[in-house]
Amino acid sequence: MNFFIAAIAWLFDPAHYTGAGSIPSRLLEHLGFTLVTLVFASVIAIPAGYYIGHTGRGRRVAILLSGGLRALPTLGLLTLVGLWVGIGLEAPYVALTILAIPPILAGAYTGFEAIDRATIDAATAMGMSGGQVVRKVEMPLGLPLLIGGLRSATLQVVATATLAAYIADVGLGRPVFEGLKTNNYDEMLAGSILVILLALVLEGIFALATRLALRVVPTASGLQPDLTR
Amino acid sequence: MFTSKRRALGLVAGVAGMVVALSGCASADPIKGDTAPSSSGDTTTLVVGSQDYYSNEIVAEIYAQALENNGYNVERDFRIGVREVYLPDLEAGKIDVFPEYTGSLLQALDKNAKGGTKEEVHDALADAVPDTLRVLDAAGASDQNSWTVTEDFAKKYNLTDLASLKNVTEPITVGGNSELQTRPYGPKALKEKYGIDIAGFTPVEDSGGPLTVKALVDGDIQLANIYTADPNIKSNHLVALKDPDGLFFPDNIVPVVSKKVDDKAIDILNTISGALGEGELVDLNSESVNDKKQADVIASEWLKEKNLF
Repeated sequence: MNFFIAAIAWLFDPAHYTGAGSIPSRLLEHLGFTLVTLVFASVIAIPAGYYIGHTGRGRRVAILLSGGLRALPTLGLLTLVGLWVGIGLEAPYVALTILAIPPILAGAYTGFEAIDRATIDAATAMGMSGGQVVRKVEMPLGLPLLIGGLRSATLQVVATATLAAYIADVGLGRPVFEGLKTNNYDEMLAGSILVILLALVLEGIFALATRLALRVVPTASGLQPDLTR
Repeated sequence: MFTSKRRALGLVAGVAGMVVALSGCASADPIKGDTAPSSSGDTTTLVVGSQDYYSNEIVAEIYAQALENNGYNVERDFRIGVREVYLPDLEAGKIDVFPEYTGSLLQALDKNAKGGTKEEVHDALADAVPDTLRVLDAAGASDQNSWTVTEDFAKKYNLTDLASLKNVTEPITVGGNSELQTRPYGPKALKEKYGIDIAGFTPVEDSGGPLTVKALVDGDIQLANIYTADPNIKSNHLVALKDPDGLFFPDNIVPVVSKKVDDKAIDILNTISGALGEGELVDLNSESVNDKKQADVIASEWLKEKNLF
């Protein structure tokens, strides 16, 4: 309990709010790093997931690949990429993008797959082209599950982004590593608390987004994915 | 009802997970760790620890195997962490045998300690450790901290010792573990002792390992703390700058032991220190770094080669 109080004291110490490595700048770095990673992962995973979901092709490969990617230890990957490209943010971006791809990919293709076939058949029967089916039927109906995938990816990335500090002077991993290695456990705990708070805030934003998406998405197909968790 | 059942299940799973996690922490080798206490009464179980540093693990493994071959039960607590993390446990007598480095341990125990020859530092260390611990004979082998640059960088600015870093006209970025910032030979001490301005600090948390070497070679950092027994210094054309004003203390390998270690075990450890000569550590390290051998293999081969125990 003492550590916890010391950590809270560390968080409210005004000295930690100015200069290089202040709490606000670490928070911004961490948030920025997380968002950029998610953009990278989305650019790769969403089109691939849509392709798999729409055509049904490559599903097995995707499951195998994303399962394998999930099993990769991020620190090992970070070191491996770091030995190749050097220190800095490149290696953490690569390692965490790979961490974020599987849930987004799964969200994208299961979003398409969960749609009632009758809905898609009806759209085709009305004369919609393949592209129109994707844009006007599958993408909106698959949105809630895609957001679910993004949500879980965000949570993983925001927590694991502390590893960026392993080889770069960036993010909330800095107080965590520094505290751990210099026996300043209040600093370490304070860093962890900030990561938790940031994760909770992002989680709240996604909960809102899911609710909005469910309201906007037409539910005539009878599709009502369970996103209440 | 449903939720309470679920909650209970979650609790059970959580507790089970913790038990698994904790038992994993207890010993690097769970099988040996479990059988040790139940064995016959006249054999002592000694806990041998090591830093989270491959070279330290090799030395710890040599200690452990030599003790085992002489009938001691050994529990290995390897790769615990950096000194800041394990020192309290060592002082509390929870670890019985630990390979340490004379100068660095002295500086950790006594911030105002003065440097000197390796004998002076060893004697000062023997005085500085708490009564619960004993410092045995130091080995000839040392693994010193050093401020290291690339050969090209040294040539460009005509660098030989730390004072000559004044010749450098570009900003100097230091890279290394987080704790380097607060160590007594860190960037601040460079400024105080040699008047060198350090432009920035980049964390590379692998204890002077391959990522740090790569950063140095790439020019992402200019100055790194690489240990002098690191085979990478030779293979990557690095230069450890000389330290005439004694920023770093001599760091000879020395077994630090608890009161539980008896005279016979002390003899064994002192014999190892006697055999571990200058320069040998680089060879041992090279077997790990370049030949990718495991610590236990390197240790048993070394003991065989030296005809010890």
